Amino acid sequence: MEITKSFFETPSPSKYKGILSWLITYDHKRIAIMYMVAILFWFLLAVILGGLLRFELMFPGKTIFDAYVYNSVFTLHGVIMIFLFIIPALPGIFGNFLLPIQIGADDVFFPRLNLLSFYLYMLGSVTAITSLFSDGFPDTGWTFYVPFSISTNTNVSTAVMAAFILGIASMLTGLNFITTIHRMRKKEMGWMQMPLFTWTLYATSWVQLLATPVVSITLLLVVIERVFSVGLFDPSKGGDPILYQHLFWMYSHPAVYIMILPGMGVISEIIPVFSRKSIFGYKAIVGSSMAIAIAGSLVWAHHMYTSGMSDTAVFVFSLLTFVVAIPSAIKVFSWVATMYKGSIQMAPPLFFALCFIYLFSVGGLTGLVLGAAGPNIHVHDTHFVVAHFHFTMFGGTGFAFFAALHFWWPKMFGRMYEFKKAYVAAVLITMGFMLHYVPMFVLGLQGLPRRYFDYLPKYAEGNFWAGFGALFMISGIFLMVINLLLSFKKERNAPSNPWGGTTLEWSTPSPPPLHNFIKEPVILDYPYDFSGVIEKHSKASKGE
Amino acid sequence: MQNNNQPHIMKYKTQALILLCLILLTGVTVGVSFIDLGAFNIWIALFIASVKGSLVLMFFMHLKYESKVLIFSFLGTIFFLFILISFIFWDVAFR
Amino acid sequence: MSAASDETGKKLGMWLFLYTEIILFGGLFVLYAVYFHKYTDDFILAGKELNKYFGIINTIILLVSSFAVAASISAVQKNEKKTAVSALSFSLLCGLVFLINKYFEWSHKIDLGIYPNSEKLIDLPAGQNMFFGLYYIVTGLHGIHIIIGMTLLMVSLVLVQKEKINHSKFTLLENSGLYWHLVDLIWIFVFPLFYLVI
Repeated sequence: MEITKSFFETPSPSKYKGILSWLITYDHKRIAIMYMVAILFWFLLAVILGGLLRFELMFPGKTIFDAYVYNSVFTLHGVIMIFLFIIPALPGIFGNFLLPIQIGADDVFFPRLNLLSFYLYMLGSVTAITSLFSDGFPDTGWTFYVPFSISTNTNVSTAVMAAFILGIASMLTGLNFITTIHRMRKKEMGWMQMPLFTWTLYATSWVQLLATPVVSITLLLVVIERVFSVGLFDPSKGGDPILYQHLFWMYSHPAVYIMILPGMGVISEIIPVFSRKSIFGYKAIVGSSMAIAIAGSLVWAHHMYTSGMSDTAVFVFSLLTFVVAIPSAIKVFSWVATMYKGSIQMAPPLFFALCFIYLFSVGGLTGLVLGAAGPNIHVHDTHFVVAHFHFTMFGGTGFAFFAALHFWWPKMFGRMYEFKKAYVAAVLITMGFMLHYVPMFVLGLQGLPRRYFDYLPKYAEGNFWAGFGALFMISGIFLMVINLLLSFKKERNAPSNPWGGTTLEWSTPSPPPLHNFIKEPVILDYPYDFSGVIEKHSKASKGE
Repeated sequence: MQNNNQPHIMKYKTQALILLCLILLTGVTVGVSFIDLGAFNIWIALFIASVKGSLVLMFFMHLKYESKVLIFSFLGTIFFLFILISFIFWDVAFR
Repeated sequence: MSAASDETGKKLGMWLFLYTEIILFGGLFVLYAVYFHKYTDDFILAGKELNKYFGIINTIILLVSSFAVAASISAVQKNEKKTAVSALSFSLLCGLVFLINKYFEWSHKIDLGIYPNSEKLIDLPAGQNMFFGLYYIVTGLHGIHIIIGMTLLMVSLVLVQKEKINHSKFTLLENSGLYWHLVDLIWIFVFPLFYLVI
């Protein structure tokens, strides 16, 4: 059997060799892998920072660093996690690698722009590093609220410019994906034949494109205020600091949908494959993805109920927040209904996907507590919020990221990892996650504010157990990554379709050749039609 | 299939005519600014600006002859901006 | 469909980029809307300080330059290279004049002591400070975009001259034109909001 040369052996443009063939590549698959290396690095660094934070909080008073360092550490943890991990990871790694393949194309529409996006990501991350030195990393929290972000002496301007640069990378990726999906689909693949991961990338790309410029101008204004003291947010000069919060959240709320939508797309790919059953409610999932993207831009001020804005605004945004919960719930119903009467095959991707469904649902439900204006007064800016967004962003997007790693790893690298270690890691992470974050819901309800360096003695026990949970969780994360990396010891002999998937990436070799396909891809009338897979499987078992 | 060229070439005359309209509308908006109509002034000014903008968009930027994708995505962008500006007034107008 | 020859796709990409610019300025319009609502009388008073005629001239200049750019595209499509080159050169000249006008406007205001965080501005009523703050930021950001637009037009001019842009391949010119028109479009709104406040 002829072994096809994979994209690892074939650089594009072809004139470069060695490291240059990676640094100057137009190949979306190589760009995806470069993103993966960078993003995993930042993710693990931010995990360690998180671990240090929680270790500090395990015991009252100072444990390993003082309050000023603590403030910078939680800001750094947030900035890295949000701007260098959660927002770029799924689109940058899996979007880049799989989107063209899933629609039968040989690359994205603007390959060189794609490379530029990657370099802007790297530039943004380097800029963030430089703000660690001299005056120190900002201590404002990743939200950079005024007036503190304007008055504090730390390197706010540099850090904020880093986020600005990363924003441009995000916008350009969105632009690239939208153009790719519109112009490069195979003729036979209509909009309603696209895989659901592609659909969520499409919805996400619109949010990336349209919402990011709002934070760009907002961050620019922070720098302008720091340098020129115009006073747009300064009450003594006629400005309104709440307007900063409005502008900030006009992006940052849609941003959480940038974070979760691709994750939901991953789950929508995994569940049908391991249930050997087509997704329940394909159209509903498509519709709800677009609805989440659109409705998500109407609710930003639910982060601001206690800011001093008008009661009318509190009421309106609370009402709209409840509305946006509906399309998210639709997806959960669809996934569960897909598994009903399906033929379930357990594998690490499915395990992570199931954990996602549970953790994200908890996160989403606690979002209702926060979205309701009354209870919000009690839990705003407490540990309840911290737990809520970790359940959704980590239990949600984070776990979807882990699921995606395990699902597409054999495709990207041609090697399968060990299942047992993957399961052990997954259980460690999940159990650790619960022990780590559930106490925070309780602590928050009991009144412990977020971002506090120290606390009253009554909060000590909860913080201790949370720190303990962090230990398991972080161990699990490192075990998971090591297990995946250990797969490189094996030979590159993974089959093209180890899971029995029906979307186009499974019809090409693992890893794919440079131009993605060795034979013309066959577009199914319906992307999740498993009849072919089932037939092949039953023939194989009969034949033996 | 691929759309290498615009389906048609705009005539210089048409473009000049549009420019004339734009200049005339500029004159109108300046003229109206000398008349005190209270709260209406800003809305009239924005309306005229929108008409001028539409002319630039539809003719100079060729949007009148473009695909549905472009027209809808443009309108969607404007709608998004409209939401941002109007929804902030739920706060600012009711303090 | 190969991306290399898909001109419609390239145009789509450019429009998508324009949307980000619209929203970028949009954020500033949000602030304007709020502060205009809060400080209407102060905005009217402060607006009177701006020279209406500078504003009108600059508006006309940009409108004419947009016409010139549109004409240059028609010229390229009709293979009229000389007309295209003249039209593009003229639009570049317009951009330059706009910037020179802006320079005079700003220096005049700065000489009067009206600039961000100046003593005079701090003494003025709050709403007027907001007006001038927004004025500088909006026109400053707009000016940067004029420079970017002029750069794109200059590149297009050179390529038209070299016939790398011609009647069968002119997407770069079209896209540069789109950018320039957007800069004009933004000014169409900036003009009444800052110079014609009543």
